Amino acid sequence: MSAKSGQTIFDLGRPGRYALSLPELDVSARPIETLIPKRLLRQEAPRLPEVSQVELVRHYTRLATKNYGVDSGIYPLGSCTMKYNPRINEQLARLPGFAGAHPLQGEALSQGSLELLYRLGRWLSVIAGLDETTLQPAAGAHSELTGMMLIRRYFEAQGQQEQRRLILLPDSAHGTNPSSAHLAGFEVQEVSSDERGMVDPVALARQVDERVAGIMLTVPNTLGIFESDILEVSEIIHRAGGFVYCDGANLNSIVGRARPGDFGADIVHFNLHKTFGTPHGSGGPGAGGIAVEKRLVPYLPVPLVVRREDGQYALDYQRPQSIGRLQAFYGNFAVLVRAYAYIRMLGDAGLREVSGGAVLGANYLKERLKKIYRLPYDRLCKHEFVLSGAGLAPEVHTLDIAKRLIDYGIHPPTIYFPLIVHEALMIEPTETSSLEELDEFVEAMSQIAKEAQESPELLQEAPHHTPVRRLDDVRAARHPVTVWPAG
Amino acid sequence: MPYPSEFKYSKEHEWVKREDGTIRMGITEYAQGELGDVVYVELPQVGHQVKQGEGLATVESVKSVSDVFAPVSGKISEVNQALEDRPELINQSAHEQGWLCCIEMSDPAELEALMDAAAYQQHIGSLSE
Repeated sequence: MSAKSGQTIFDLGRPGRYALSLPELDVSARPIETLIPKRLLRQEAPRLPEVSQVELVRHYTRLATKNYGVDSGIYPLGSCTMKYNPRINEQLARLPGFAGAHPLQGEALSQGSLELLYRLGRWLSVIAGLDETTLQPAAGAHSELTGMMLIRRYFEAQGQQEQRRLILLPDSAHGTNPSSAHLAGFEVQEVSSDERGMVDPVALARQVDERVAGIMLTVPNTLGIFESDILEVSEIIHRAGGFVYCDGANLNSIVGRARPGDFGADIVHFNLHKTFGTPHGSGGPGAGGIAVEKRLVPYLPVPLVVRREDGQYALDYQRPQSIGRLQAFYGNFAVLVRAYAYIRMLGDAGLREVSGGAVLGANYLKERLKKIYRLPYDRLCKHEFVLSGAGLAPEVHTLDIAKRLIDYGIHPPTIYFPLIVHEALMIEPTETSSLEELDEFVEAMSQIAKEAQESPELLQEAPHHTPVRRLDDVRAARHPVTVWPAG
Repeated sequence: MPYPSEFKYSKEHEWVKREDGTIRMGITEYAQGELGDVVYVELPQVGHQVKQGEGLATVESVKSVSDVFAPVSGKISEVNQALEDRPELINQSAHEQGWLCCIEMSDPAELEALMDAAAYQQHIGSLSE
């Protein structure tokens, strides 16, 4: 295995080999020049891999076995929420009526798909405690941008676009928040977290004036702590005439238990891959969506899925105040089918168990691990918590702990985020980790803490058992090689 | 610790060196150590006006992307072009060759809000506890 581990498909095979036999031509052959203008024809043959079928299959099977995903084992990647994707979601997304749907087949032939979108939107509005939902944004950051554009359009309609320039952001915010606000044309101002790791309403009140267009707040925040002053925070912003944007990245810890609309959010976004079990990351594509309160409904992107009086579902483009279209057609539909299936399978009670299980698992790990690692914000957490890898042993860093976990067959947690914790290790077990799996993680983390003191080189040189050892990430970032062959 | 006494420092870990009506600035030794290996620096444009506290540059390391804030208001008069090809200068020489830019101050009184070397060292001491 190791001999071939660094090879690309281009390194394999011999000229003349091929993996598929094409059927015999059933039309008369014509010279290519009579079909395609000569100026468009390439002068040299393309460099394609020439491999046999078995070489092809073995190559990709070998690569696939090097992958680590939620189907391989525990994946406690804080902030990202790598939860298991139930198989029934996949089955339902593959139903021929959904899998074979074409966006141009027209409303009459798309009633089932449109009904699914309509119902999913309604459910998400209920979960959010808000009035209307769009499923068009492609994922979380795209949802943030959509939300910011809605706020901007609202103030334009009020003639206040010159005055309402400011979006407030806590220092624990996701990096995408300031980017989204900035891209939508706002100025960003930071709000410091207090010693509890939360927004301090007294300090916030001093910072707020008539220039504020809104605040972007992740609830629970990126330390995994519920902003317990959220009602006061929302009221301060509302009194100043601004909007409260709830970054719903951590909705999975409160779903079915608290509704953002009830604690003052005017907009909340959904990361369907985090809260509603759709595939994640490169296994995506992602899917987002935002729910908004009624003042913002007129500005939602087009088209909006509506139910007509005669019971027919339709795509409504007659929305003159809309910010416009944000994606081709209507979002990543097949992902939305999976989210629908997830909610439908679990129901109210099931969704409450999801958030309950996520919070219980995280607190269990936190309580056990705080005896071994530093826990800078020691409070009841929601679905995730942040340890510090500092102080374990001299010259041992969080990066070394993370790399050593790979040797234990565990995907490392998120590291060096959020920035307000020194040497951060951000851990999120999700509701799909069993007690045995959580104990296995604690055991690995305890062993690593012991190794850090007894033989730190085990950590510093980790990983030891992977096809490639520690990568030179600095060189990769400074001198990226993005083509093959290099040079 | 190598914190020159003629510099002023901000809470956000920028150093400032006064050169008459202009300041030269960069990020501190402590900041570069926290960031780790710097892989990319986004510098402001010469002539650009900045206000105290506004983001003016971005420093990207393998760990994170961080904003650098303007320690004083004024006009960007010079930027360190060498960082484009050699961002590692920030790690190797944060207080000298790794400088980011110069600002023509519009209000030199703003300098008074910054810390001296002793106060800054106390500040970073409190952070690593």
